[in-house]
Amino acid sequence: MTSTIEAPRSPYTRSAKKRGLNWEKWGWIYMRVSGVVLIVLIFGHLFVNLMVGEGVSALNFAFVAGKLASPFWQTWDVLMLWLALIHGGNGMRTLVNDYATSRISRGILKVAILLSVVSLIVLGTLVVYTFDACPAGSPADLLPALCSNL
Amino acid sequence: MSTATIANQPVVPEEIQSFTVTLIIRRFNPEVDDEPHWQDFDVQLYPTDRVLDALHKIKWEQDGSLTFRRSCAHGICGSDAMRINGRNRLACKTLMKDLDVTKPIYVEAIKGLPLEKDLIVDMEPFFDSFKAVQPFLVAKSKPVDGKERQQTVAQRARFDDTTKCILCAACTSSCPVFWTDGQYFGPAAIVNAHRFIFDSRDENAAVRLDILNDQEGVWRCRTTFNCTDACPRGIQVTQAIAEVKQAIMRGKA
Repeated sequence: MTSTIEAPRSPYTRSAKKRGLNWEKWGWIYMRVSGVVLIVLIFGHLFVNLMVGEGVSALNFAFVAGKLASPFWQTWDVLMLWLALIHGGNGMRTLVNDYATSRISRGILKVAILLSVVSLIVLGTLVVYTFDACPAGSPADLLPALCSNL
Repeated sequence: MSTATIANQPVVPEEIQSFTVTLIIRRFNPEVDDEPHWQDFDVQLYPTDRVLDALHKIKWEQDGSLTFRRSCAHGICGSDAMRINGRNRLACKTLMKDLDVTKPIYVEAIKGLPLEKDLIVDMEPFFDSFKAVQPFLVAKSKPVDGKERQQTVAQRARFDDTTKCILCAACTSSCPVFWTDGQYFGPAAIVNAHRFIFDSRDENAAVRLDILNDQEGVWRCRTTFNCTDACPRGIQVTQAIAEVKQAIMRGKA
């Protein structure tokens, strides 16, 4: 009687060499570059929101509305959103490539990651560019206090 | 004859104390067992003994069925890489005095390669990756006026670190990406590609870089540094992989 221990590594085979753009290489470069940019963006974001001026107690609806009205912060936030979500999504993709063994589960997980990244990017970008703190024609009792000063 | 007297004082050699060490070894016999299991052995050892000596004592005095690979027993052949207390080490280079002998010492086969028996794994997947990077000198041109391909000291020093590899698989089988990903080349193959990519006499660097630019090539490396920690030859494995990445990005070695 002999028993064989299952091979520990996933059995799927190295895919045939594809020509053209090397996504794996550019994905790696993207992770490095976006990581460095994100350090600046995220810590700048935290510093401005939590430490500058009155600090964390200044955070309220009006503060966020004020920031989203400025083109500078719009660009900052959208950059942060795109870079962070693609960075995170690509990281999740490499984890799936490492640990999902069957072709089907890898496909499902990667599509799920792609869908969530794309929908979050679209929604977030829409919010940043179309945000209106005081939409015209809304009942006054639903609007924040700052709108009555306009 | 023994003239162990200096200035009429007999030299009494200090007696070196031996001690009992418990080794817990992961055993697997494919003809009997369905699953690997841990078995413990008590061995009398000196601080200067190595884990390999402990394994020999077990095999010669207690259980002859214990199976492991070793050839030179001096850290050059690369046969006896194994996981000692959770770290990949050569059994012939791990001294008892460097381990905590008050606790049992756990010894098991290296991970990520198919287990065949006790401490022996199937090394074929490891050598397949090694072969895939063309680990040999490719030089089609004629050497300039003479019979030798000369190299300056600096040119030789460029890849000196990666020439030390003994192909023991300690690095590759310590890599968490290699444990799960069936096709990743693994650190050892990249180290051996590095040795020729940065060799000034070699002319096939572009081909090797192209091979390692694969989806399962150097980009899988997550810079965990397990390989650098595991290497019994002290090769800066992670740095070598990073240099290959740089070479691929720049398009030339």
